[in-house]
Amino acid sequence: MNALDQLFVNLKQAIVGWFPGEWRLGVSVVISAAAIVGVYAGLFAITTWIERKGLGRIQNRPGPNRVGPFGLLQPLADGLKALIKEDIIPQRADRLVHTLAPILAVVPVILALAVIPVGRNMVAVDLQAGLIFFFAMGGVKEIAVFMAGWGSRNAYSLLGSMRAIAQMISYEMPLVLSGLVVAMAVGSLSLVDIIEAQAGYYGGVLARWHVFTPWGLAGFLLFLVAATAEANRTPFDLPEGESEIIAGHMLEYSGFKYALFFLGEYMGLFGMSGLAITLFLGGWRAPFSFLEWIPSWMWFFGKLFAFIAFFVWLRGTLPRLRADQLMEFAWKFMLPMVLLDVVALALWQYTAHWSVPLAGLWRWVLSGGLMFVAYLGLARLISPRRRVGPRTYRFAE
Amino acid sequence: MAPLHQYLLLSLLLFGLGLAGVMTRRNGLITLMGIELMLNAANLNFIAFWRHGPNPDAVEGVLLAMFAIGVAAAEVAVGLALVIAIFRRFRTVNLDEVQELKG
Amino acid sequence: MSATFAILATWTVLAALGAMALRKPVHAALSLVGALMGVAFTYLNLGAEFITAVQVLVYVGAVAILIVFVLQLTRGEGVEGESLAVQPASLGLGIALLVTGGLIAAVVFLPDWRAAWPEKGDVALKRLGEVLMNRYVVALEAIGLLLTIAMIGAVLIALKRPDSQPPES
Repeated sequence: MNALDQLFVNLKQAIVGWFPGEWRLGVSVVISAAAIVGVYAGLFAITTWIERKGLGRIQNRPGPNRVGPFGLLQPLADGLKALIKEDIIPQRADRLVHTLAPILAVVPVILALAVIPVGRNMVAVDLQAGLIFFFAMGGVKEIAVFMAGWGSRNAYSLLGSMRAIAQMISYEMPLVLSGLVVAMAVGSLSLVDIIEAQAGYYGGVLARWHVFTPWGLAGFLLFLVAATAEANRTPFDLPEGESEIIAGHMLEYSGFKYALFFLGEYMGLFGMSGLAITLFLGGWRAPFSFLEWIPSWMWFFGKLFAFIAFFVWLRGTLPRLRADQLMEFAWKFMLPMVLLDVVALALWQYTAHWSVPLAGLWRWVLSGGLMFVAYLGLARLISPRRRVGPRTYRFAE
Repeated sequence: MAPLHQYLLLSLLLFGLGLAGVMTRRNGLITLMGIELMLNAANLNFIAFWRHGPNPDAVEGVLLAMFAIGVAAAEVAVGLALVIAIFRRFRTVNLDEVQELKG
Repeated sequence: MSATFAILATWTVLAALGAMALRKPVHAALSLVGALMGVAFTYLNLGAEFITAVQVLVYVGAVAILIVFVLQLTRGEGVEGESLAVQPASLGLGIALLVTGGLIAAVVFLPDWRAAWPEKGDVALKRLGEVLMNRYVVALEAIGLLLTIAMIGAVLIALKRPDSQPPES
């Protein structure tokens, strides 16, 4: 079990060991970087297939099924197509800005992925302020979106990029704050420490993940919504909005540059999912003590695939929000809820040493009740007071 | 890591560039950017002195830089709001044409 | 001079020069982003990991984005004419050169400032937090208050008022 768990760690150490002393640091860095880029790019290829297959199933059609068995080689064909397509730069576009944008859309995302631990002892860089670093790289992505929109010199591009930036800024607040709630509970900004804090099992069976606490559950749900918005996924895919502003800031891009934007989007999705797993779902830890024999990296990537499936499901199910609904939801619902989550955490921590009977239950009632009441109140506040009755169709029947 | 005076020179160059921009450009936004550059130069000094200072336990350099970043954020928010207000009133962000208070 | 620092310094100064000298405001803003990133990586070069992350988060993620947003709201393409804020241009440049030159001379000619104390490890984030929450808690609260006031003030200033129509010309 241990050999399989540490397979990749030992492999890397063996490879590094072949090199003379002064080379080792450089070789180690190159291997880590190559692993991150290679693994997540491969995951991107698989994800496009899963997404198209899954959406096809939801929409009652077969999805890609021509290239290879079950259409599995479709990503390869798509990649080739992107490579040999003509690369068009609009005549009046700002050439430098237009060309730099897709690169800037990918690089920070890969940098952000470097701080996420994918298994026991498997993290490329363990930064002291890893959490803040991850969010900071998300901020760089916004600049790339602006550059793409402005550099294309197209009204739809600019409109799309402005929408995208407004959305990303608005949802960055709840995203960062819900991440910081966890940092407060753990007392560290290092993602490795955060996973370390989720070690152990309730009653020897159920893992001590943050999601199994009232504040963690609320924080996880809020984080998930904010992450969906931050990754521009349905129902928050206004920036792309194929049916209204035709792919937004990516409108004027073709060929490989368009593929780069796509790569950036999906890697951003992996990053967000990975961070959600790290912060709330115990990272590479097993959910039950009797499942510990499965290698840690399998747990991480298994959870990641679960997240991907969840996002595909969301995309196939939900319609797109309106811009005003999006903003209202961010500022009038998400932000107060996240701030209250800090209070819920404080309640949970202060009652940690209660000695009344059924202390655990009372802590849940106190901390979870606060979030639930706030949820009911805020939901009533922002939703329009309309009586929902049986719907009457004027034209369809 | 380079010696202290090289960091100070870099910070001075940044400050000088920011000052030159504030002095010569007339676009209100670029003036704001120049102020940001000067603030960054000051922050760089804080960090460089913290790093090279004699007291290994002191964290005040980092703290001062943090506070400066916070104040800079507030300053930018108000400054940009002023730019928007000026644009609404005069339909320009050109500081030379905003002369209503000039006697 | 170490190679890393040389590259960083050249990059930062060139980007800052671009931010102040480029004609189009959007180019200047993007160049400013480059300069701010350069400063952030200089912090990293100095071993201040946390401040690097904060710098990128606040300056690139918020300040730069705000600036380009306002550029778009104010029609972005402000073309510079012959008139300058300080007349003539050489006067403004002269003042800037004088101040910078004086400061550089102060750094170069004062031998005490070149003293290098022994290097030390990165400050533990925990300790930073403890100091922030104990000795400097009033300053922290003041910053929070300042940011809140600034936010409310900014909203009030930028609010559309019915009487703020442009003057007839």
